Amino acid sequence: MGMIEHPDMPHADTSGDTRLIARIRAGDQGAMSELYDRYSSVVYGVALRVLQDAAAAEDILQDIFLQLWRRPDAFDGSRGSMVAWLAVIARHRAIDRLRKRRPETDIEEVVIAGTTDLRDEAERTLVIEKVRSALGEMNEDQRKALEMAYFQGLTHSEIAEKTGEPLGTIKTRIRSGLQALRARFA
Amino acid sequence: MRTHEQFADELALYALNELQGSDLQEFEQHLERCASCRRELQAMRADLGLLGLSVVGPKPPARSKERLMRAIAAEPRGVPAPAVVQTSGRRSFWLAWIPAAIALALLVFAISLRQSNQALHDQLAELRNRYNDQKVQLAQAQENMKLLLAPDAIHVSLTPQNASRHPSATAIFSPSQNRMTLMASNLPPVPPGKAYELWVIPPMGAPVNAGVFKPDAHGNAMMLDHPMPIGVEPKTFAVTVEDEAGSDKPTTPIVIAGTMGEGQ
Repeated sequence: MGMIEHPDMPHADTSGDTRLIARIRAGDQGAMSELYDRYSSVVYGVALRVLQDAAAAEDILQDIFLQLWRRPDAFDGSRGSMVAWLAVIARHRAIDRLRKRRPETDIEEVVIAGTTDLRDEAERTLVIEKVRSALGEMNEDQRKALEMAYFQGLTHSEIAEKTGEPLGTIKTRIRSGLQALRARFA
Repeated sequence: MRTHEQFADELALYALNELQGSDLQEFEQHLERCASCRRELQAMRADLGLLGLSVVGPKPPARSKERLMRAIAAEPRGVPAPAVVQTSGRRSFWLAWIPAAIALALLVFAISLRQSNQALHDQLAELRNRYNDQKVQLAQAQENMKLLLAPDAIHVSLTPQNASRHPSATAIFSPSQNRMTLMASNLPPVPPGKAYELWVIPPMGAPVNAGVFKPDAHGNAMMLDHPMPIGVEPKTFAVTVEDEAGSDKPTTPIVIAGTMGEGQ
């Protein structure tokens, strides 16, 4: 079952993603096409949400998949989940672009806990629904703080300034929000 | 030096790429040493990855895949792409040399630690010497003060023989510290409710109150280490008799006065 996992969870079968990466390493363009079909909506969705600009989101999508083609070994299947890895990289790259700064995120530097294989669209949909439901159960302040940090790239201090809440409260909201999300998949 | 808890508090910021400058450097140094923070960081990135899934929905336009497939077809495997692949090569090189690099970094760190340790020892020794010197100077100053302030201290003014005993005073003033000490003798007693008031008179302008004092039974008085009025450049020091609460301006004739640079 290709559920997103965390360090304390037993590892799922990662053969799907890792096998694709192995084929990409061997220069198989078909594997790249499969990987794109599997995860392009994740990368595009995150980039679009951050940038609010379809053309810019498309550029991020191109950039990330092209880099994966050039450096397939940047993704280490034994160390992380492909879908979470791509989502984090897409988010970071989009924020870099939003702030008009040079890309600071190297795809090899992002290491994610757990392993995930969402080769099946039904599984992907299930996980996405679970995340949305976890977010829906959070109180509004907590969800807002998480979204401001994640999708708007605001620092904790900037969020505190914008919401008029103490910095400590913002830190706690973000941390507990992430923990609540983690708990849903534990 | 920050604690583990303080670094752990910054994990989310780091995972969100929001740490900058020295905070980032310090955090990454801590991360190298702290397995628990590394584990939590990876878990937190997984959380952030999940968060990203919440906005999955819109599909990229079909042309986007065509564009990508054209781009990769133009870059057959083994042909290095300009900037990124160079980075990759450099990275692989470094990955292979990571153990040696870590060992070297540790060696350099150990040497610099030893050097800074020695430097700290030297600094400590110097500070200890300075402290001892100052302790001696302080003891001497206290001895001097003890004499000056002793209730039984007898102040003898040496004046020419047969001359009458006139009130006199010495003011010691430091412009850099803006402080002064006044030692006066032979001052006549003041009436009840009255005191002597010291005036600082600038080259141009009105006298400024610099404090009141009363002489003892022998006519001696002292204002030790007394702060000066701020922003006044003293030229002349003068003493008059005023109300003991102090006056804004001199109301009686000057008892004694001295001008800087005269009679030194």
